[in-house]
Amino acid sequence: MVDHVEHTLPDYRILPPDVAARMEQIKKRDYVLEIERVTKVFTQKRNRTVALDSIEFGVHRRELVCVVGPSGCGKSTLIRILAGLEDATEGRILMDGKPVRGPGSDRGMVFQKYTLFPWLDVCRNVMFGIEMGGVDRLEAQRQAMQWLQMIGLEQFATAYPHQLSGGMQQRVAIARALAASPRVLLMDESFSALDAQTRTKMQNYLMEIWRKIDITIVFITHDLDEAIYLADRILVLKPHPGQVEEVIEVPLSRPRRAEQMTSAEFLATKAHLEGLIRSFGTSDDMEEEEVTIDLPLLTLVTDQVE
Amino acid sequence: MQGFLASWRLYGRTDRMLRNIFGILAVLLPLLLWSAVSYLPFVWHPQVLITDPGGEEYLETGMRMNRADFARAVTEMQEQHQPVPQGIPSNPVYLPSPGDVLSAFVHAFTSSAPVGAEHSITQAFAHSIRIIFWGFVISSVMGVPLGIMCGSIPAVARLVEPSVDFFRYLPAPAFGALAVAILGIYDAPKIAIIVIGTLFQQILVIANTTRKLDFSLVEASRTLGAKGLRLLFRVVIPGILPDLYRDQRILLGWAWTYLIVAELIGTSSGITWFITQQARYQHFDNVFAAMALIGIVGLGTDMVLGVVGRKLFTWKRENG
Ligand SMILES: Nc1ncnc2c1ncn2[C@@H]1O[C@H](COP(=O)(O)OP(=O)(O)O)[C@@H](O)[C@H]1O
Ligand SMILES: [Mg+2]
Repeated sequence: MVDHVEHTLPDYRILPPDVAARMEQIKKRDYVLEIERVTKVFTQKRNRTVALDSIEFGVHRRELVCVVGPSGCGKSTLIRILAGLEDATEGRILMDGKPVRGPGSDRGMVFQKYTLFPWLDVCRNVMFGIEMGGVDRLEAQRQAMQWLQMIGLEQFATAYPHQLSGGMQQRVAIARALAASPRVLLMDESFSALDAQTRTKMQNYLMEIWRKIDITIVFITHDLDEAIYLADRILVLKPHPGQVEEVIEVPLSRPRRAEQMTSAEFLATKAHLEGLIRSFGTSDDMEEEEVTIDLPLLTLVTDQVE
Repeated sequence: MQGFLASWRLYGRTDRMLRNIFGILAVLLPLLLWSAVSYLPFVWHPQVLITDPGGEEYLETGMRMNRADFARAVTEMQEQHQPVPQGIPSNPVYLPSPGDVLSAFVHAFTSSAPVGAEHSITQAFAHSIRIIFWGFVISSVMGVPLGIMCGSIPAVARLVEPSVDFFRYLPAPAFGALAVAILGIYDAPKIAIIVIGTLFQQILVIANTTRKLDFSLVEASRTLGAKGLRLLFRVVIPGILPDLYRDQRILLGWAWTYLIVAELIGTSSGITWFITQQARYQHFDNVFAAMALIGIVGLGTDMVLGVVGRKLFTWKRENG
């Protein structure tokens, strides 16, 4: 089936001229983040899990990189190491050429879980990172209000997180991370808890912000559409142990629009990614396997649904 | 009616009115039961209160005896053709009626003359509250910071928690004699007992609460540049504050339970001393009045603290 689709679709590796030019330009820029032979081993009692195995990758300045892979392939582990929340067993992370130790405000992060501080109102949440940077309260408040204006939530400045919907909370979380003026924004499946419509809005919204601000984004997702739609390059990880399978340059021009999701390039890339993910097997989750349920018919024959 | 039934189901729903009705019944039903036992002779009344001893020498007016013994005395007197003893059915002396307790209670607040021995209920109670207050404050001043540090700094937890766990299992009364020997016989050893009884639990409970803080909030704040004291004061403490407050409420109740022990060591004092004295004189109406006072003040404080807590921590909406 994969073969059949690939016959009718263009090769995902062929970049349109504008995309190729853009890719050239990106590659000329310095690395902001470098992942140098990073290996991560978890040991619990006698259990030894190699979550990441010699990952080697560089993220250019102002690039939007997505990381995809089947669940359990070490995506979260990788981004947590980038954020400094976890130490690599071997290898190191360079930030602007300097090795990083522990978390810092130069690498902001937006989590999958909603992590706004529930005891602070929206404005105070956004102020948090600014104040940690040593800015005084009044100035922090002024900047926070600007951020809230930018994300269109200034009328919610005094609302508490529990009064906001999930999408609004993630928007505030993005504003909070960006307000601390990081160099890199790390996002770990930040939109996966949102419904499809809100998610699309958030994606556009993220790219809008990214265009306006000098920021580099590393975005983790298991949603292939999302990865292709957002990314300049996609880092595909394979599981057990987590290794770099392929780095894909997305053959879509910018600015991205929803219509591109039905373009031949998009479908070709997606077909290739799906093939890759399927080829990793289904050791972790059995979604792809033909599931046969051994169950006698428990309804009237005349009521059968199909 | 439907609502009434629904409020009995597992996790069923209740409306405001039903909740109020149940709240009133919660107070009323025990009182009704107590009144029934006290005022309806056929419910219990296992004894007879002598009003006229008649010809029986060993009887006195005001004495209580079992019904069977009384019946025997009556038949005995009848056989001997002497005046028959008279009496009314009554409950044992340790179960005064609500009316008696209420009058003792009212008396405690209205009479300027001391009830019973030297102290009035109110004086004794004020003394008890002073002991509890200082005991709890001193314990909290040490226990809260230590608990938070144990919960957030692994090294402190490793160093402190084993010995705290050891002391926790020693019953506070075991320290009574020691406390008196070191601190004298007045209020100091009593306060010390409250502190010893509360502190060790407090450290462990608060350490646990601190550990239960949603760790992703700590991680989020770290990626925003928070560390050290700022992490502690801007994230950890505000994050655990509602639970800390709840812990303190529970621990205050805990401190109360050590009051009895505390007040019996050295020179006995306070409400415990009052109760034991009154019980010795068989003034059980006073005993019950004192107990009611403790209960009412305890319940009242906890309710006030509960309301204050809900007002303070609106962001923590536990029950919707
Ligand atoms: N703290 C941990 N202790 C032990 N094993 C872990 C820990 N975190 C992750 N792992 C293991 O590492 C592997 C990668 O996990 P993760 O990075 O969460 O994957 P992903 O985010 O891609 O789904 C999994 O097999 C997981 O079980
Ligand atoms: Mg993950």
